[in-house]
Amino acid sequence: MKRRVLPGLPLALGVTLVYAGVIVVLPLAALIFKAASLGPEDYWRIVSSERAFASYRVTVLCALAATVFNLVFGLALAWVLVRYRFPGRRLIDALVDLPFALPTAVAGIALTTLFATNGWFGAPLSAIGIKVAYTPLGIIVAMSFTSLPFIVRTVQPVLEELDPALEEAGQTLGASDLSVFRRVILPLLAPALLAGISLSFARSLGEFGAVIFIAGNKPFETEITALLTFIRLEEYDYPASAAIASVMLITAFVMLAATNLMQARALRYTARG
Amino acid sequence: MKIRLDTVVKTFETFRAVHGVSLEIGSGELVALLGPSGSGKTTILRMVAGLEYADAGAIYFGEENATDIPVRERGVGFVFQHYALFPHMTVAENIAFGMKVSRVKRSPQVIKARVRELLDLVQLGGLGERFPGQISGGQRQRVALARALAVDPRVLLLDEPFGALDANVRRDLRRWLRKVHDELGITTIFVTHDQEEALDLADRVVILDKGQIVQEGTPEEVCRNPANAFVVNFLGDANRLDAEIRDGKAFVQDVAFPAAGIADGGGQILFRPADVSWREDGQGIAARILRVIDRPDSRRVLAVTAAGQPVEFDTAPEFSHRKGEAGFLDIRRPRVYAAA
Amino acid sequence: MHGNIGTQAKAGETGKAKGRGQPPRVGDDPLFRRILLAFVLFFVAIVVVAPLVIIGFEAFSRGAGYFARSIAEPDTRHAIFLTAMTALIAVPVNTIFGVAAAWSITKFDFRGKRLLTVLIELPFSVSPIVAGVAYLFVYGLQGLFGPALQSAEMKILFALPGIVLASMFVTAPFVARELIPLMQAQGRDLEEAATSLGASGWRTFFSVTLPNIKWALLYGVVLCNSRVMGEFGAVSVVSGNIRGQTNTLPLHIELLYHDYNAVGAFAAASILALLAIVTLVAKVVLERQGAGRVRRPATLAGNDAVYPEVKT
Repeated sequence: MKRRVLPGLPLALGVTLVYAGVIVVLPLAALIFKAASLGPEDYWRIVSSERAFASYRVTVLCALAATVFNLVFGLALAWVLVRYRFPGRRLIDALVDLPFALPTAVAGIALTTLFATNGWFGAPLSAIGIKVAYTPLGIIVAMSFTSLPFIVRTVQPVLEELDPALEEAGQTLGASDLSVFRRVILPLLAPALLAGISLSFARSLGEFGAVIFIAGNKPFETEITALLTFIRLEEYDYPASAAIASVMLITAFVMLAATNLMQARALRYTARG
Repeated sequence: MKIRLDTVVKTFETFRAVHGVSLEIGSGELVALLGPSGSGKTTILRMVAGLEYADAGAIYFGEENATDIPVRERGVGFVFQHYALFPHMTVAENIAFGMKVSRVKRSPQVIKARVRELLDLVQLGGLGERFPGQISGGQRQRVALARALAVDPRVLLLDEPFGALDANVRRDLRRWLRKVHDELGITTIFVTHDQEEALDLADRVVILDKGQIVQEGTPEEVCRNPANAFVVNFLGDANRLDAEIRDGKAFVQDVAFPAAGIADGGGQILFRPADVSWREDGQGIAARILRVIDRPDSRRVLAVTAAGQPVEFDTAPEFSHRKGEAGFLDIRRPRVYAAA
Repeated sequence: MHGNIGTQAKAGETGKAKGRGQPPRVGDDPLFRRILLAFVLFFVAIVVVAPLVIIGFEAFSRGAGYFARSIAEPDTRHAIFLTAMTALIAVPVNTIFGVAAAWSITKFDFRGKRLLTVLIELPFSVSPIVAGVAYLFVYGLQGLFGPALQSAEMKILFALPGIVLASMFVTAPFVARELIPLMQAQGRDLEEAATSLGASGWRTFFSVTLPNIKWALLYGVVLCNSRVMGEFGAVSVVSGNIRGQTNTLPLHIELLYHDYNAVGAFAAASILALLAIVTLVAKVVLERQGAGRVRRPATLAGNDAVYPEVKT
């Protein structure tokens, strides 16, 4: 290590390490330790139980659907906010962060009320035979709401800083708007989109507060993995709770690593050769 | 392709306006639009490309009114100031872009062959698989040119093509661009604020100031017969002294310079630092030496006239006069204009 | 003068071109623009605006008097109190941590810096439920320190300390992630200049660093506070949901809602919704001051290009 010029490293680093150690590392280590103390057979039995498996399926499928919705809606929203000028643009720009600012439990009861069969949106939808609340569709709505800002906020700055000359270059070379979008703009947004997608997906996988109100929470049908963890806990089945929580934790780690890898790949053209 | 601009007008809320510019560019000509920043030169170029709409006036490509042809159908090759290469495509993909998106379908083999041909033309054979971020500035510039040429444009437009490059690279590329132009014979317009670049490269130079053409002509014409004080100043270092015009002569102190055809009253004379000799006595404008600056091949003298106006001039390295000495300035090739 | 001599231009575009500045950019086609705007506005109304509106609507559905009585319930009042207490402890501690972490990471080079940034960001990727469960296995009876804590008669879980700890876990990255990109961009020159002029470390921090990061710091604090007050999943695991004792406001909302007291639940929720609006306003105001504008990567540790090792 070079000789340091600035003071304060021991104190600052000390505080950081103690906090990160006690607040972040210790509990996660304790969880992994608890799950590991189960032994491979018990562990496998719990995490591959039919009910757990059903919860993975519901969670992953709904998170995927929510992410796809947010990909389309988020990209459109970012595009509209950056490229168009219209009254109310700033208000909408500010409102995009509402899902982050609004507590998930509040969002949960609000969405449930809106989409219940007697709600503002639920009533007309059930009239045409679409039930949202207490079905997987409801889970998707809740997940979409809570993870909406991710894609908008990762794409927006990149879109803002996109050099207009790149589009103009495409145009002078004879490309149609669609071609310029597909071949120039979209690939340049890809790293940001990927980042937004994985953040959005990860958030949806772990979402609890907003989902449990609207989900109906029927085992095998609308029970998400986070809720199953919670239920095992309430049943005092701590080993099962630890095991299922560890599956979620490992998934989060894998997602994190995959995101970094994908981003590096998507940005490979920036590497100097 | 002949290009003609007919009293083209463009106003912005900011300053970069164009106020009624008419211009004709012959087929196969290489023309420089030269001017300081804000003179409207880039705006003119962008209007020719269709990247900007003219508020009034018309632009003709040959006999065709091109004013309202959308940019993608106009058939221009545009080299952007910072090249605007697509960073996520390789050099070869960049060059192939125009052919791929074209309505004229080309087979992959045809495109590949054309890309190879263009890479050879711009002397970048073997770099096709690199990304723009992996090559030098001069190489990027050539890729941008190859990309623009790939669609067989009717006219080639370059915005400050050498602006972002080192001095050495600049000079090489300049000569090379001239060679490419002579080989292809494509009508070419480029924008620059560097007079050396314009004079070095262009068949004809169009000098712009505040959105209007100040002078146009061959490099020789604009250098030898600058239309006004702005052109003299813009083309190179120049000294300026106040003068008084009387009976077709311009007087500085009691020294007279020919000023045929200029109305009596205030005037100014401009002259280059190389066009001054220092005399200890005799004819000339009285002045005093303030400082002598040494250069490898000359000495530059900073002096002040008896009227208090500064003059700089170049002398041989042997010049032996020193700070504080008084003498006279003998001026050759003065240019006399009415006062600004 | 502008006859369509052989041009392909559509009549509509020809008319629009005159005196209209720029040619249309990609996606500026009027029809496309209208359709896209309609699509976006429709979904913003449904997904974002409607939930906000219905909270106010439901909260006052039985009149202002009922609303006031709901808020004044002792259990609700206690939940508000507990939520405020949690924020009062967790937010300052978290702020100190965030500043310390940003200072270490941006002003020094040391081994394991990347690992540290990953660690700080980690809680973002972890489900709050997982966080809550993890805390159970540290301080709970089945956990590492549970038996020791019990014999010492220290109560962490199902009490304020547990709620605070869980809140600190979920918000650990909030302040640091606002400060790190900004301080990285600002470099070390100012601090080095101050030190070379003889200023102490504290002096350097308070008179040189802090003025440059105050808006970003405040921004991080506002976001952190909003999350602490609204945290549900992690807190619901560690608090034990004891009515009138360990119920924070979000937990109390759940309780009321499941007690079929929807109006009471929405009345309590309206407080948190108001807090969310205040947070959004504060966010806009702080962004005008330049906070939150430094472009940051999706993950702090994700991209070396964004965090080059600064040579000193």
